[in-house]
Amino acid sequence: MNSGSLDTLVLSVTALRKTYGAHTAVDGISFDVRRREIVGLLGPNGAGKSTTINMLLGVLQPTSGTIHIEGTDLGTQRVKALSRTNFAAVYSPLPGNLTVAQNLRVFGLIYGVKGLSARIEALLEEYDLKRFRDTKCGVLSSGEQTRVSLAKAMLNEPRLLLLDEPTASLDPATAVDIRTRIKAFAAKGNSSVLWTSHNMYEVEAVCDRVLFLARGRVLLAGDPKTLPREHGKASLEELFIAVANEPLALERTEAP
Amino acid sequence: MNLNHVAGIALRQFYLYKGNFARVVPLFAWVAIDMVLWGFMTRYLNSVTSAGYNFVPALLGAVLLWDFFARVMQGLTTGFFEDVWSRNFLNVFATPLTLTEYVSGLVVTSIATSAIGLCVMLLLSTTVFGLSFAAYGAMFIPFVMVLFLFGIALGILSSALVLRLGPASEWFVWPIPSLLSPFVGVFYPLSTLPEWMQWVAKLLPPSYVFEGVRTLVAGGEFSGATLGWGLALALLDIVLAGWVFQRVYRYAVRTGLLARYSAESVS
Repeated sequence: MNSGSLDTLVLSVTALRKTYGAHTAVDGISFDVRRREIVGLLGPNGAGKSTTINMLLGVLQPTSGTIHIEGTDLGTQRVKALSRTNFAAVYSPLPGNLTVAQNLRVFGLIYGVKGLSARIEALLEEYDLKRFRDTKCGVLSSGEQTRVSLAKAMLNEPRLLLLDEPTASLDPATAVDIRTRIKAFAAKGNSSVLWTSHNMYEVEAVCDRVLFLARGRVLLAGDPKTLPREHGKASLEELFIAVANEPLALERTEAP
Repeated sequence: MNLNHVAGIALRQFYLYKGNFARVVPLFAWVAIDMVLWGFMTRYLNSVTSAGYNFVPALLGAVLLWDFFARVMQGLTTGFFEDVWSRNFLNVFATPLTLTEYVSGLVVTSIATSAIGLCVMLLLSTTVFGLSFAAYGAMFIPFVMVLFLFGIALGILSSALVLRLGPASEWFVWPIPSLLSPFVGVFYPLSTLPEWMQWVAKLLPPSYVFEGVRTLVAGGEFSGATLGWGLALALLDIVLAGWVFQRVYRYAVRTGLLARYSAESVS
């Protein structure tokens, strides 16, 4: 599944595996994410998406396999690799007892952002957070907190942005707004995005490519607009349900 | 070590103290109460015992030093607990921050918070109860240094304990200073203790400090070399505590405990 020349690869995952005793959460997956690409990591609950994201963030050690971010091995050069990465996850909000500006300043220092004050101002403007500058994050609405998390995730202008269900629990209007911002981010620079979501409409609208995970393995991969038809399904949602309910049947379809 | 990373961790703690007065009060309230309580106690003891022995530098001075040690330790662990309480591990550890930088940020916080407690104690004990450090002489600085280093070591070890056993194990950490105080002879000479406790005392750096305090107050001579053992032990304890913290962190990353910390265990 690895493809693309090295200079265009932002993320390269090879034979990544994570086991907990007898249970295999991620079973030797390999994939790449290229520059300016938005890749959707899809799959039913327990498929191994968050485990994969945690390994990419360096907070979970793989049992085996390698992760390279812009050619830097995360296992051996963690600091360098993570300085090019950032993330936002619905289950990991920023500390609610700090204000928006305080959180951005703290994480800006930790990510070593140059010209931090100017960068914070630009992000407050870009994510429509100026009026919340001195508001504690804990009192913001879900949508506002997501915007703060995204602003934090953009602090270091990451080459690899990991988003774990960034629009979960948001109303449709806010979700569209967030999706637009992320698409603009990927389109304008040298960055790429790995995105997990259970909203298939959103995935089809945003992602250039999707990877379907089931039981810790990449079952299907391809263009979200054509993949359903290739597997005899009417929509991405139908394909998702098939992956969730009949992964073995789909695995046989994929086998050479 | 990247100083910006260290500053980020320390700045987070500063914002927390700045934003909530309830966090600031404990920095000086409990130690101030201790000074008042033991200040009057030493006055009373001076009035009912034979003339010639001054309990103020022996007892009040010892309580001041012990409270300073406890503030150093709690200054570090409280900083760590803030990340536990706000479920902030994923945000903090999925960054280019190293473990040494993280702990250094907590140490900087502890220096600031314990200095506030120390200043309040010095102010109260000297102005209200007439505590003079003349009897300690130049040894006061190394006494404080040994207690500071041991406080840092114990703070790191306590944080490792909570990282390994989960948020509920915070309960184990708060009583640690009280648990150690009988062994290190804050209020009495080590010779008072049974032999096995004396052996434990020899492994604890504060024992050397409090033996030194009593010797100097009694007009005796206290060898700097003896305190040097205490200093060496405190430094060794920091190295050991750092090693334990790193081992526990690696375990947490390997087993998934760090990513699922709120579950308290990975089983």
